[in-house]
Amino acid sequence: MSDAAAITGDAHAHGHHPDLQHHFDTLEQQHEAATLGMWLFLVTEVLFFGGLFLAYMLYRVWYHEAWVAGSKELSIALGGFNTVVLIGSSLTMAMAVRSAQTGYRRATIGWLLGTMALGLTFLIVKVFEYKDKFDHHHVPGYDFHVDAAHAGIAGPMEIFFSLYFTMTGLHALHMIIGFGLMSVITWMAYKNRFSPQWYTPVEMSGLYWHFVDIVWIFLFPLLYLVDRTQ
Amino acid sequence: MEMTLAAPRVDYLNVRHTVASWLLTKDHKRIGIMYLVVVTIAFFVGGLFASLIRLELATPAGDLVSSDTYNKLFTMHGVAMVFFVLIPAVPAILGNFVLPLMLGAKDVAFPKINLLSWYVFVIGFLFTLYAMITGGVDTGWTFYTPYSSRASSTNVMMTGIGVFITGFSSILTGLNFMVTIHRMRAPGLTWFRLPLFVWAIYSTSLVQVLGTPVIAITVLALAVERGLGFGIFDPALGGDPVLFQHLFWFYSHPAVYIMILPPMGAISEVLACFSRKNIFGYSFVAFSSLAIAIFGFLVWAHHLFVAGISVYSALVFSFLTYAVAIPSAVKTFNWTATLYKGAIWLKAPMIWALAFLGLFLVGGLTGLFTAALGVDVHIHDTYFVVAHFHFIMVGGAIMGYFAGLHYWWPKMTGRMYSDIWAKVAAIIVFAGFNLTFGPQFILGYLGMPRRYHMYPEEFQVLNVLSSAGASILAVGYVLVAIYLIASLFNGEEAGDNPWHATGLEWTTQSPPLPHNFETQPVVTEGAYEYSKREIKVV
Amino acid sequence: MSHIAPKSMYYTIFGILMVMTALTVYAAFHHLGVFNFPVAIGIAITKATLVVLFFMHAKYSSRLTKLFVGMSFFFLAIMFALTLTDYMSRGLKTYPGGAGGAGYGVRSAAPAHEAAPAGEEHKEGEAAH
Repeated sequence: MSDAAAITGDAHAHGHHPDLQHHFDTLEQQHEAATLGMWLFLVTEVLFFGGLFLAYMLYRVWYHEAWVAGSKELSIALGGFNTVVLIGSSLTMAMAVRSAQTGYRRATIGWLLGTMALGLTFLIVKVFEYKDKFDHHHVPGYDFHVDAAHAGIAGPMEIFFSLYFTMTGLHALHMIIGFGLMSVITWMAYKNRFSPQWYTPVEMSGLYWHFVDIVWIFLFPLLYLVDRTQ
Repeated sequence: MEMTLAAPRVDYLNVRHTVASWLLTKDHKRIGIMYLVVVTIAFFVGGLFASLIRLELATPAGDLVSSDTYNKLFTMHGVAMVFFVLIPAVPAILGNFVLPLMLGAKDVAFPKINLLSWYVFVIGFLFTLYAMITGGVDTGWTFYTPYSSRASSTNVMMTGIGVFITGFSSILTGLNFMVTIHRMRAPGLTWFRLPLFVWAIYSTSLVQVLGTPVIAITVLALAVERGLGFGIFDPALGGDPVLFQHLFWFYSHPAVYIMILPPMGAISEVLACFSRKNIFGYSFVAFSSLAIAIFGFLVWAHHLFVAGISVYSALVFSFLTYAVAIPSAVKTFNWTATLYKGAIWLKAPMIWALAFLGLFLVGGLTGLFTAALGVDVHIHDTYFVVAHFHFIMVGGAIMGYFAGLHYWWPKMTGRMYSDIWAKVAAIIVFAGFNLTFGPQFILGYLGMPRRYHMYPEEFQVLNVLSSAGASILAVGYVLVAIYLIASLFNGEEAGDNPWHATGLEWTTQSPPLPHNFETQPVVTEGAYEYSKREIKVV
Repeated sequence: MSHIAPKSMYYTIFGILMVMTALTVYAAFHHLGVFNFPVAIGIAITKATLVVLFFMHAKYSSRLTKLFVGMSFFFLAIMFALTLTDYMSRGLKTYPGGAGGAGYGVRSAAPAHEAAPAGEEHKEGEAAH
């Protein structure tokens, strides 16, 4: 793989691409390092969310009834809609990376803006969901109480909602960070910083965004769909 | 080395002198030095708390400080030493400095993230210091719930934030090192030609990347429980406080391997150089590093044996804990075999390394005592455990760190310290250490509990011996600081390779060039070809 | 990263993900007994795998990348499995109602003064000790 052939114009004495950092020998080595680094970061994120999933799983085994009751308080319509929106944003993100890879600047910006719009939609829906929880007194530690039918499992239901807010809250925080990342990348694309030889930031942001989507792919069934047969 | 009267050589220290050139540096060598400064400060902070603890324990009555204050002392000693000394010391100081040189690279894979790592470390340290100064924390460095989440009125949140932030420093460093080792080795430097220090750093980085996020989420869960009144560990709601312990130790046990693997790597380098031999069983030692890193994730609940977990689970974890001891034993046998029939050259780094061998052996063996369920029921939370982990952490990790520091000091600074004073300090530290922690095995066996500031009269003699030892230990450490700093002002010029050691780091000048090597090194032989070096006995 | 996937691949994967989302909602409304949870998790794992392989290009990445991805889930699995050895066996054969459900024989978080049958079990347990 010859990067020299891919370098546009420039007759540097040492002939390197302007985006090649000095401690690397080739663009390919730099790209491989970046990819590996980003995947390792995502590994840390898996373990980070994993701790909460562990707590969730243990208590679901112990307090299944409370989990069913808590889950029924969440709106499948909103959660399902958000799932479609977020997976859609993964599609637009993947298309954005592909556009950068093939050198289509306008398409890249378009797909990135689409991703951001869908991400923002997700967050707005989340705000409505959270507000609904406040209205129904399902915020733990604040004014949490459940109706008489569930009095016996009030404690575990509060644990359910503690995990609900912590897990979705952490997820939303990651989405906000992702939104910030997208803004920067979109600006860079607008400034024509990317080329088929170097579009690494778009690709790395894409990996991050897909990861955030994957977390939601698990959160949706685990929180919203515990048992809807009753 | 003859010095000509040409212009002084450019190196990474003198290339630029401004404060900004340090605080905005992307040079891994400068970043290593900056970590050295902060970690040393943290060491003296932790040491201060240790001194107060040993001062209190010189008498059976709780007469120096109140019990609440004492709780803060041991908590802050633990927090400072674990998170701000032991975890970063060898990887962030020696690893940062030496790794790219050992690989024949110009820098780590992500130099800017390396600098960010340092800033994150400093910010976390400042948060924690602030928590310590404005009232302290008294939960134990282990922050067990429900005391930490519901009952303690001390600066739990602030300390938690400090620990959380510092965790990112560890993660970023580990990530950086892994990518560097995978993608930036010199031509010809295959995995099995790597120095064992690199294998150790790689294994450590694996643990940092996989384990640290779990304590991050644990601290976060504690924070929302304490700060927002959420209930994840709260028994009043049906929650399980032991869940906190599972999550906490899932990281904190592998963390002790973060603390010991890099010093073990440094020991391999020092023993090879000062026996003028290849490390016996190179590949066994290399694979043992990986095995320790991986197996280390399987044993965490041995800290929960008497916490109320299922006895069947405890059996599983006890068995796994015995298994994890095996690779450490393999290494110890291999190091010993390296010494056998070696041309032993007793310079200061070697003295520290030999001290490590003996003390790590005792620490490791006493771990087996605690791994046995029936024994642990009696010695859990006694001074036996305290002695066990101090033999590993101080007798092992800190000795190993000092061995590495003394070995690479001439490379880092271009200066040689006084070998006599270094040997004297090593002996003082060794003697002081044994006097401090040896009696604690007996105290624990006799039943003295840990984290108590008063104790029955019959334990006083052993406690006084321990406190006396601590003062000797303190003298030793201060001595190290004195002669190392003195070497910067009036130490001899060290030369490029004062130890006539193998390894790419010794083929470049001392101190190294800003970009490490004049030309890209190419590697054609294994890591420890000492048969091709002459022996220089001084 | 030289592999350029056709646009149709992304759209196909998206379509499959939509179908599976509908499927998981559908399954939640039907009695599958003990299979409800495995089905939900299985669908989620499949969706995640598709995202990792195709949207994140793991299928076309180096072996090392694939190793790292697998490694993270392996260690997650260890964390789950070994912790479960505790939670699934507390009080097994040593406490009435222990293990396999709610630990310590607790069926719900009702306070100590609950209905008679559970209360009697408690007393029996204590007598047995």
